[in-house]
Amino acid sequence: MRTILIIIQKEFLQIFRNRMILPMIFIVPLVQMLILVYAATMEVKHIDLLVVDRDNSQYSRGLISKLSGMKIYRVAVIPTAGKEAETCLLDNSADAVLEIPPDCERLLMQRQNSSVQLRMDAVDGMAAGIINQYTSLTINNYHKKWLASLMPGNAGNDLSQIRVIPRYWYNPGLNYKHYMLPGILVILVTIMGMFLSAINLVREKELGTIEQINVTPIRRIHFIPGKLIPFWIIALVELSFGLTIGWLLFRVPVRGSLLLLFGFTSVYLLAVMGIGLFLAALSRTQQQLMFVYFFVMLTFLLMSGLFTPVESMPQWAQTVNHINPFAYFMRVIRMILLKGSGFRDILPEFISMSIYAVAALILAVWRYRKTI
Amino acid sequence: MKRFLAFTIKEFRHIHRDTRTLLILFGIPVVEIVIFGYVVTNEIRHVPVVILDKSKDVTTQKITDRILASPWFLEETKVKSEKEIHDLFKRGNVRLAVIFGQDFEKKLMRREKVPVQVIADGSDPNAARLMVGYLTAIVIQAQKDLNKGMDKRGRLFIKSRMEFNPELKGAFMFVPGTIAMILMLISAMMTSISIAREKETGTMEAMLVSPLHPLQIILGKVVPYVVIAFIDAVIIMALGGAIFGVPLKGSLFLLIGEVILFIFLSLSLGIMFSTMSSTQMEAMFLSFFALLLPTVLLSGFIYPVEDMPVALQWFSTLMPARWFIVILKSIMLKGAGFLFVWKETLILAGMTLVFLLVSIKKFTIRLE
Repeated sequence: MRTILIIIQKEFLQIFRNRMILPMIFIVPLVQMLILVYAATMEVKHIDLLVVDRDNSQYSRGLISKLSGMKIYRVAVIPTAGKEAETCLLDNSADAVLEIPPDCERLLMQRQNSSVQLRMDAVDGMAAGIINQYTSLTINNYHKKWLASLMPGNAGNDLSQIRVIPRYWYNPGLNYKHYMLPGILVILVTIMGMFLSAINLVREKELGTIEQINVTPIRRIHFIPGKLIPFWIIALVELSFGLTIGWLLFRVPVRGSLLLLFGFTSVYLLAVMGIGLFLAALSRTQQQLMFVYFFVMLTFLLMSGLFTPVESMPQWAQTVNHINPFAYFMRVIRMILLKGSGFRDILPEFISMSIYAVAALILAVWRYRKTI
Repeated sequence: MKRFLAFTIKEFRHIHRDTRTLLILFGIPVVEIVIFGYVVTNEIRHVPVVILDKSKDVTTQKITDRILASPWFLEETKVKSEKEIHDLFKRGNVRLAVIFGQDFEKKLMRREKVPVQVIADGSDPNAARLMVGYLTAIVIQAQKDLNKGMDKRGRLFIKSRMEFNPELKGAFMFVPGTIAMILMLISAMMTSISIAREKETGTMEAMLVSPLHPLQIILGKVVPYVVIAFIDAVIIMALGGAIFGVPLKGSLFLLIGEVILFIFLSLSLGIMFSTMSSTQMEAMFLSFFALLLPTVLLSGFIYPVEDMPVALQWFSTLMPARWFIVILKSIMLKGAGFLFVWKETLILAGMTLVFLLVSIKKFTIRLE
């Protein structure tokens, strides 16, 4: 036991001697959270719309003023479809072009059908879908009101009897920041725990200092915990720091028990540190480790549900996620923070993670050799 | 020149000898394409949904059938009370619940307004919004079928056309983004680390006292990564075209020119970082936090720049990848010529120049 404590003390001394480490623990997360949480939004906030008004009637002008009055649209109007209408999508000066044909109002007045054309820059398919949905809805509503105003008393707008009334539990304002912040915390905690500890070990290998430790009577069972515990503590401090920032800046709710969150994180950290050490044992240089690590991190992080729901992934990806520790943590941290899930709700994940941690640590200790 | 060649060959051997890293260098683009193509999609598929039907009549059954027949939703279980819904949501198995109130059909007959209550798990706002959107569309369709034979005159049709990407494929977004990310990763990150490595292990001194000019040393270190980066870009484009049908509408020569410009830019950035750091850890740290994350998140790769807060939009103009992605999309997907991308090209060229000047200024042949 004493041996482990002394190794831990030595590690802490060494870690804090590195002038990069303190900014890495405290400033980087702050910047990351500020930038990433604000940047990560799927909401369409502005639509640059070019209206080609070839009708120039009361009807079309009414529609344009309705669109211009909405905050989301930045409307430009031209009278005829010229070169601008052709190139504005090409040079990214507009997101969508709405063309109102001549005679639109006249046809509608005669109770005939008419059509407008809406062209979108669909390179970003997701955004184009939203723009289409939103703009069509606006135009339809305008048209319904116009019809109703033509024939007062007619139940033209009474067609929609069934109404869908959505309620969003846990996040009524659909605040995307509350969704992203726990995800960022997963990244931060993982980098601190898994990456720093592994790179630390490989660095000793690359510089040759590990041999000096190997010739001492320190045993594997002392050395590995001595290397891990400092980073384990740092990662937990990082989590507290991140949670505080999240609460102060973004009012991210903490609905569940913090004790439960820290308990799960501790187990999770043991698992990813085991994996990190295993990767470290396989690498000779920091560059090698960095690349393997980067590859693993990018792949599994994207699969873990950081940006998109796991349930919508193909079956093989969901199967792979059974061995993806990030996926468990990503799910649990959101459940505890946002939904207030309790111990019983996360019990299956807790058990899986514990088995994972034991297996990963055994693997890492077994693979670590004192000989060269 | 001969010396320089010999040095470059030595660097190639170094990289070649490390089979695992080489494997990853060529494996990354393939894996990324597969993941972005199949796993990280913004579509909603087979979402477990619970239905609480307090009315149990023909109409609610019809609507329920429609919901479950759609590719988006799968029935999880039947529940009897809202309390049960709460428990299911907390366990995280269910993300959407539909509630039909009592006497649904009767109210409909009496021409009253009837609500369909939908509860979505808002802890994932994107998915919640999409799920509610799909569900609303299904209900509206059901409504239309109920109202068949109503007045159909004087209607306004909206003809929507999705330009450049009629099938709304996600690949059109992520293929250009992945190219930018991989080029950045290999050119900037690998270069800065491999130069920092020479410093850290002390072999830089050995090279500096050799008759090679410092410039030759740096160039020699960089050349292999230019080759690898270029091959990777070709792999991604070929895969994107073959698997996901991402076209190349514009000029191939223009595209190659822009790719090479961006590789040079990334390299000069990598060299600049290496002059700032003395250990691999610092170089990694700089490239990871200052390069990779912003490249992924602030470039319009995953999240559109126009929707970010204004301060971040300003900040994103400093990200080379942002401009490069615009260029790639314009050339590949829209078939735009040089006239449409000259501004972005000029910005990239300017950035390259600045990075190179800073590196030359900071580069020292003395080691402390």
